Amino acid sequence: MYKIIEKRMVVPNIHSMKISAPAVAKKCLPGQFVIVMVDERGERIPLSIADWNREEGLITIVFMEVGSSTRKLAKLKEGDELFALAGPLGSPSEISRWGTVLCIGGCYGIGTIYPISRALKEEGNKVITLLEARSSFLLYWQDKLKLVSDELLLLTRDGTVGLKGHVTTAIKEIIEREKIDRVMVNGCTFLLMVASETTRPFGIKTVVSLNPIMIDGTGMCGVCRVSIAGKTKFACVDGPDFDGHEVDWETLLMRRSAYLKEELESLRFLQCEEIF
Amino acid sequence: MEEKNRAELDRIKLAAQEDWRKELKKKIPTKERMKIERIKMPEREPEERNQDFFEVNLGLSEEQAMEEARRCLDCPNPQCVLGCPVLIDIPSFIKLIEIGKFREAAKKIKETNSLPAVCGRVCPQELQCEAQCTVFKATGVSVAIGNLERFASDWERKSGLVEIPSIPPPTGKKVAVIGAGPAGLTLAGEMVKMGHQVTIFEALHYPGGVLVYGIPEFRLPKAIVYEEVDYLKRMGVEIITNFIVGKTATIDDLRKDGYDAFFIGSGAGLPMFMEVEGENLNGVYSANEYLTRINLMRGYDFPRYDTPVPRAKRVAVIGGGNVAMDCVRSAKRLGADWACIIYRRSKKEMPARIEEIKHAEEEGIEFIFLTAPVRLIGDEKGWVKEIECIKMELGEPDSSGRRRPIPVKGSEFRISVDLVVNAIGQRPNPLIPLTTQGLEIGKWGEIKVDWKTMATSLPGVYAGGDIVRGGATVILAMGDARVAARAMNDYLMNQS
Repeated sequence: MYKIIEKRMVVPNIHSMKISAPAVAKKCLPGQFVIVMVDERGERIPLSIADWNREEGLITIVFMEVGSSTRKLAKLKEGDELFALAGPLGSPSEISRWGTVLCIGGCYGIGTIYPISRALKEEGNKVITLLEARSSFLLYWQDKLKLVSDELLLLTRDGTVGLKGHVTTAIKEIIEREKIDRVMVNGCTFLLMVASETTRPFGIKTVVSLNPIMIDGTGMCGVCRVSIAGKTKFACVDGPDFDGHEVDWETLLMRRSAYLKEELESLRFLQCEEIF
Repeated sequence: MEEKNRAELDRIKLAAQEDWRKELKKKIPTKERMKIERIKMPEREPEERNQDFFEVNLGLSEEQAMEEARRCLDCPNPQCVLGCPVLIDIPSFIKLIEIGKFREAAKKIKETNSLPAVCGRVCPQELQCEAQCTVFKATGVSVAIGNLERFASDWERKSGLVEIPSIPPPTGKKVAVIGAGPAGLTLAGEMVKMGHQVTIFEALHYPGGVLVYGIPEFRLPKAIVYEEVDYLKRMGVEIITNFIVGKTATIDDLRKDGYDAFFIGSGAGLPMFMEVEGENLNGVYSANEYLTRINLMRGYDFPRYDTPVPRAKRVAVIGGGNVAMDCVRSAKRLGADWACIIYRRSKKEMPARIEEIKHAEEEGIEFIFLTAPVRLIGDEKGWVKEIECIKMELGEPDSSGRRRPIPVKGSEFRISVDLVVNAIGQRPNPLIPLTTQGLEIGKWGEIKVDWKTMATSLPGVYAGGDIVRGGATVILAMGDARVAARAMNDYLMNQS
């Protein structure tokens, strides 16, 4: 079960994995995620689905190595099996013919924005995909994304490729250049927040895919609760997509960092285990 | 009473007329039997057990069990059976224990209960079988039916002599069970014994439902749950984990895959929050999250297991039920210097089992009654540091029959804490109701059923346990499953 068919390190610290999961591949839609457990002692971590092949029963995940769970996941090789994989979870992204849509991906979100850009393009939208990274060597999947975008824009902080500068400037330039009907953002919480704050004055609906801590992923535990327009919502079932202008970012960032101390302890423990 | 229940009761009464039973009964006069004192369940010392997650109760020895069994009068009209949601032939198994036939006693229980080692530990017997016991009515101290049930099933398991009942030839009918908790496991056991092909779909990575994510190890060791699950597998039940019905596939999808009947036992997996200020602060948990981290994910063994659970110094648990007791006793075991229960009514109204309250008190848990949280106050880093509470007084009885708590104006006070657990209840999990067209749902999100058959509004679809009851008990869920199994069997066998 859940055999790893293909594994790549797409850029330093970010990995893509093709996993055999026929039931998930059959059902999944853009914006949904799976819960993964690397081994019997592992955490249950949510990972967005970045691509799938329904006929072959495969799904692709893209993830960044940050804590012990993703580090353990990254150490697995082709042919290895995951202890558990459940999904597809969460409500799918709302896909409709909005007109011109700006899709923004950063970090692992470059991978997970792919099925969203693709679905929006298939729906008949004009899709502008903007990929953001610190430097050119941290960009990936440009070829794939080019095929599903009317325009693919690259943005690097150091200007080694594409536009140079900060994502806020790039978003503003695009919005001022042409009429954008909707913005979709995937990536780290900071990117989601910054992008939402940039579009707010323009009144363009901005949908972000939130990534709080989860356990079961089915609405049972409530750890992923987020405050949306003053109301508590569960990201695992009510989301993960929410209107970025309604998200209480402060609470989200605070709740995401609840276990920083334990994450470090866990990493130290893992390093010891790796040595002995 | 239903026809079939009456038939079962008649059989139980008839069994009491067997010669060996009549003779055994004569051996000790009723008066003498009533004089025997109830054997106290051996348990670990509070100061020792509140440091770890090993089981609190140790179980009766063979001699103790046989002595306790002598207290049972083998009544001609046993009322205890009527108190049992799954109608266990209680007098028969107790008398088998009295004569030392422990294995037979265990088999007798298993005729109607697929999870005896679980029920012997977590059933509220004092409200069910033991409340109906004649000895209880006469002396105020019932026969320890629950402890004896636990003894018989533990004895069988330890002996390694667990026997798989013979399964009738396949009927060719396929049953899909949603959720591997107490309701689903019971239904699966019943249906497989009738010759149907049964598959359980479980959302989590281990089967057991609340028995593995909710009830802590010190009350119900997980190894026992897995052995009972293994027993079902050996009978031929297939269990598919990591499969979320409603997401991975819907009931309609499964119908197309050839399943003929369905049982929804997806539980009360939707935590309720108090809806007070500060509830999203760090350090504030739903009971479901706190217990899942500890039990299912084995957070108490962090960092060997990857899921962390905070080891707080001052812990407050809101609520007065068994779940609240499980949370507060777990907090103590995780190293809390001080752990308390905050409950808005008085001790008398607490829904938790007497045994759980007693154990908690012995372990050093403080109880703050007639008090309700008003808001949670955080520090500059977003962690909870205080609860502001208000004192309550009891007014007129409400719809539940318990006196309604009323806030006392101006009685606010603060308690300093670094962890708060919300154990005020849960509601039915909405996943199946939301994804199954045509399923009739009640106002709390529960699936509506015909209580005589546990049939839902969809043909061939049955439901039971917390998904129809909200938050109830393991044994009521199992009782529902037994009712549903009979009706489902009739439904399947009447299908062309």
